[in-house]
Amino acid sequence: MALLELRNVIRRFGDFTAVDNVSLSIEAGEFFTLLGPSGCGKTTLLRMIAGFDVPDSGQIFLDGQDIANTLPEKRPVHTVFQSYALFPHMTVTDNVAFPLKMSKVAPAEIKKRVEKALEEVQLPKFAHRFPHELSGGQKQRVAFARGLINRPRLLLMDEPLGALDAKLREDMQRELISLQKEVGITFIFVTHSQDEALALSQRIAVMNLGKVEQIGTPSVIYGTPANRFIADFIGKINLMEAQVTQISNTAMTLEINGLGTTVLPPKKEIQAGDQGVIAIRPEQVAVHALAKQAEIPHAHTGKVLDFLYVGDVTTYVIELDSGIQIEALLANSSPGRARFFEVDDPVIVSWPQEAAQFLVDRP
Amino acid sequence: MNKFHLTRWLISLPPTLFLLIFFAVPSLIMIVTSFRFPGEYGGLAPLTAPETTVAEGDSGLYGMTLEAYQFFFSDILYAEIFLKSFVVATASTLICLIMAYPVAMLIAQSAKKYRNLMILLVVLPFASNFLIRIYAWMIILGPESAFSHFINSTLQAFGFEPVMMLFSPFAVLVGTVYVHLPFMILPLYTNLEKHDPVLLDAAQDLGANRWQRFWLVTWPQSLPGVFSGSALVFIPVLGMFAIPDILGGTGDILIGNLIKDQFLGTRDWPFGSTLSIMLMLAVLCVTGLFTLLARPRVPR
Repeated sequence: MALLELRNVIRRFGDFTAVDNVSLSIEAGEFFTLLGPSGCGKTTLLRMIAGFDVPDSGQIFLDGQDIANTLPEKRPVHTVFQSYALFPHMTVTDNVAFPLKMSKVAPAEIKKRVEKALEEVQLPKFAHRFPHELSGGQKQRVAFARGLINRPRLLLMDEPLGALDAKLREDMQRELISLQKEVGITFIFVTHSQDEALALSQRIAVMNLGKVEQIGTPSVIYGTPANRFIADFIGKINLMEAQVTQISNTAMTLEINGLGTTVLPPKKEIQAGDQGVIAIRPEQVAVHALAKQAEIPHAHTGKVLDFLYVGDVTTYVIELDSGIQIEALLANSSPGRARFFEVDDPVIVSWPQEAAQFLVDRP
Repeated sequence: MNKFHLTRWLISLPPTLFLLIFFAVPSLIMIVTSFRFPGEYGGLAPLTAPETTVAEGDSGLYGMTLEAYQFFFSDILYAEIFLKSFVVATASTLICLIMAYPVAMLIAQSAKKYRNLMILLVVLPFASNFLIRIYAWMIILGPESAFSHFINSTLQAFGFEPVMMLFSPFAVLVGTVYVHLPFMILPLYTNLEKHDPVLLDAAQDLGANRWQRFWLVTWPQSLPGVFSGSALVFIPVLGMFAIPDILGGTGDILIGNLIKDQFLGTRDWPFGSTLSIMLMLAVLCVTGLFTLLARPRVPR
């Protein structure tokens, strides 16, 4: 039995459907992420799991019990808020002890457990400080210690790393993963950052306009996005309009606008005439100097339009002869070598046929 | 930097002078007055009165005396009036606090566009004259009012004796609470409005019920507002004289009435000044205590 199961959960605000018939189940011990652009309904969904909001219809089962109408204080579910929500008038110790006091744990036991919890998050020296005397990362740790101290069934996190700077965020991500492994508590993480979702999660549910578009492991979501929205939302990707011209049991022939035909393995429920996009990740695109053209199959000629150097890699924007723009990501592996090509260099681009995916448009 | 400092000084000079001249100097005059003899027909006795001072063998502080202080400490009556004033002021403060807190919370939690309107309603009574409002209470609490008739007939229906509400400590309390309630509501609202609502969510999420959320999260954070509101009620009530004059009975004299009588009735300026100084010391002690309590916990 799944630890948490949502069945046909719907939440409307006036005419706006924030959460539109969402069903999903989360196993015990999982690190699960709700990912989507702002306004996709992920926070509303989280609030309903925490109990701050009630679904208009549908059920929320925790350990097999419908908790959709249970008050937040009665749920074995804790939340780490985006702003940390540490009590400003309490010391770190009092903040972390709060949930234990609420569940009437004996004072001696509280003292012991708070000390242990602060050690776990490497903050024993800060026990008597107030939240305003802590840095962002320290507040973050206190918030986690407080959320985890009385071992909830579920820990919900609403963009908890959003307020940290990039370097600290990466450290916290690593800490978060090891923390979750250590305590074995199920984490549900909400974020709009696809990097964060890919780095942290065991499974991701991608949401858009109140609906869950795809659920899967990070590599499945990144490698085989279910549709145009997910392909576009997760990471960078080249999308080229295409049409199915022919489909058989063994192959699917597509006409890419301006690039000619390509043949891919067949996919289910696709018919000749279907419209869609060919999706190809920038790191799958190879760029060569013009001279080698003859040796490369499925190659297209073009010229470098622009590039973006970010240190470890350089992204080239290449305009093909047909006018289509394609991005290619090349690693700058040899030191001191900033880039391979200059603007206006004539180049040829190619990609392995199996790396391209056809994503059909469904009305 | 220097220029900035200079500007700051120049800007703050006029109000500083104003305070110095119209607060510090009168206070000094009052202190000096309290050590002098009263004049025969009010005012003060002249400083050089050789025939009396020489006779008493005074060593040089002509016309100065501790008489007023001796008088103050010689009669338990004055201590009692001080105590009673403190009781009335404390009671008014507590009643104001209990009544103002829910109102301030309601305003702070209302939609932003209604808050200013609600604050306006709170301060609206200030638009009519203070004395008129107190006289209105005199009529409301008076024996002929519909309110009195209602209270007394209800009491009689349950077999109790009818009561006279006017000219009683009860009437004084009604008056002080009525007048000072806005002074409690405003600082409380200013404080409560700044509270982050997500803290209440966090407390609830971590297992706190409604009652615990109030006492463990809202109340401790509101203490600065509670203390400043309490100071704004307690201190004026301690020194007021108009309300007990109008609504209180003969036994309901407070320090304010006593001081007023010294200057306008008995015309004993030194004793009036002594009483004022004692009141000021008492108020200083109380405000000192309040500031100490309201001080945010100092980080280590």
